[in-house]
Amino acid sequence: MSCWDTIADYALRSVGVGERLLPRSDFTICQQVVLIGSGMIWNVYFGVLALVSGFFLATALAMGKFSASPLLRKPAEWFIFLFRGSPLFIQFFFAYFLFLSLKQVAPVFTPFTSAWLGALVVLFLNTAAYSAEIFYGALLSVPKGETEAADAYGLSGWSRFRRVIWPTMLRLAWPAYTNEAIFLFHATTLVYLSGFPAFQQRGDALYYASYFADKTFNPFVPYPILAGYFILLTLVLIAVFGLINRRLNRHLPVARRARMRIRPNLIR
Amino acid sequence: MAGGTPACPHAALGGQFAQIDFTRPLIFSYCTDPETLAGFSWLSCYLTTGKHMAFYSSFGTVLLLLAITAPVALGFGFAGAAAARSHVFPLNWMGRIYIAIVRGVPDIAFFLFFVIALDQGFEWLRHKVKCPDWDQPIRQGSDFVVCDIAKLPLGNAAQWVHETYGFLLAVLTFAIVFGAFAANVMYGAMRAVPHAQLETAAAYGMSPRQTFWRILVPQMWVYALPGLSNLWMVLIKATPLLFLLGVEDIVYWARELGGTKTARFTDYPHGDWRMWYFLALLVFYLGFTKLSEVVLGRLMSRLTHGQATAGGEAQRKAAA
Repeated sequence: MSCWDTIADYALRSVGVGERLLPRSDFTICQQVVLIGSGMIWNVYFGVLALVSGFFLATALAMGKFSASPLLRKPAEWFIFLFRGSPLFIQFFFAYFLFLSLKQVAPVFTPFTSAWLGALVVLFLNTAAYSAEIFYGALLSVPKGETEAADAYGLSGWSRFRRVIWPTMLRLAWPAYTNEAIFLFHATTLVYLSGFPAFQQRGDALYYASYFADKTFNPFVPYPILAGYFILLTLVLIAVFGLINRRLNRHLPVARRARMRIRPNLIR
Repeated sequence: MAGGTPACPHAALGGQFAQIDFTRPLIFSYCTDPETLAGFSWLSCYLTTGKHMAFYSSFGTVLLLLAITAPVALGFGFAGAAAARSHVFPLNWMGRIYIAIVRGVPDIAFFLFFVIALDQGFEWLRHKVKCPDWDQPIRQGSDFVVCDIAKLPLGNAAQWVHETYGFLLAVLTFAIVFGAFAANVMYGAMRAVPHAQLETAAAYGMSPRQTFWRILVPQMWVYALPGLSNLWMVLIKATPLLFLLGVEDIVYWARELGGTKTARFTDYPHGDWRMWYFLALLVFYLGFTKLSEVVLGRLMSRLTHGQATAGGEAQRKAAA
């Protein structure tokens, strides 16, 4: 069987298209590369959707934590502490069993017990909490002069936020937020190792990598392949976020622009 | 552990401990006939069964892992950071690669990789030493075959040896991965020490070795502490991954105890309670994180006291 056949069979295996049975013996490098790459579809799916939806909740939470009113501040603080203070792994398990119990009560929750929705909800809430903390830190360091200038121009309320505070907050938070995005993508590998089952062996990249490692008893092939995919994904992310960073900083002289620095120090 | 069978390591480890004897003395005398109990007394009996005691002691496993891993990872990190600063080419190169492995790749992949790779590495080394005249290849298709006396632990070893070996493998894996994180932090801290200090040391005629030990190392800790305390929080939150390495930790027991139990197999039948067990774990981790935050905050404020840094300056202003 040539490598083209393998690609035709397994390139979309993780979403249920193509050959039903996974390879069981005589594993080739091609099979491992194609199947693990197929699993990356799920990592990208979880990462992109959680990041985009989490961004809005994170902005709201950061504003809540920044607010003077304890009615807004306390819930935001508790939410952020709850999701940043506990392991994502336990959050996945808890959410899965919670959805299982809710399913008994109301059938509406049936789709939440499968990974594509349930795990996405957990990742969405989790990344919202981590990003909110980053945005909150950026809000604290918005220069006083800018808000004073906004007041002087007669801007207030929504338009002051939308035109002055929010762009500056994003600009200041962006390097740290890039980091958060990278680690969110890394965290998506936990989905199928926690409670959520991989329906008909449709899993993510790490699911297939550990499948091969278990079957061949040789970790030295599948895990480096996985690492290669993730390094590629990280490079793409850095490029995309770098472009956005350039746009956010376009009004500043080159010397004052915030440099992007990748500082890896997160396991959730 | 890495025998000839290509079995999943989790299953291999998990299956071995099914034979633990749970007939130990009852904590409360009224627990002899659980079917007659109700309400609070039922719960008190249920929560003190032998299996629950094993669940509680697995919290000890987590704390033990933290207690061993933290200093070992600190040592690995220190060695890595020192190597990355070295002027000797291969050492410098190795240190940088060690630090770089934490970038770009999910940490969970490292956990899963190292636990098998270390196990096979140890067996391979023992195989080379103990059976030098073995002529068959070690990798035969999907099998990893070493001679019998090179197996780790030996095939006839007692249960607790298997258990301890699995745990030590997990500790080593944690230490390697977190050592890379710590090396990253300490490398940054070493660079944060003002360069003039090192130049002054050189001007006084100190050798590079003396400069490193007498000038650089004592001063770097203030800069490293924020990063290291962050790392401690991260380490706490990484402990449930022990479950993935095949150790019977709190996640294992929470799944085990919470699952639906029918009256045929247990004196305490109940429905699916896994949600409540994981809620308890969530609360445990939140409490532990909060406690660490408070303790590390106090430590930080004590260390910054009187320092010529922004933090020390803020403390002085607040007092005045």
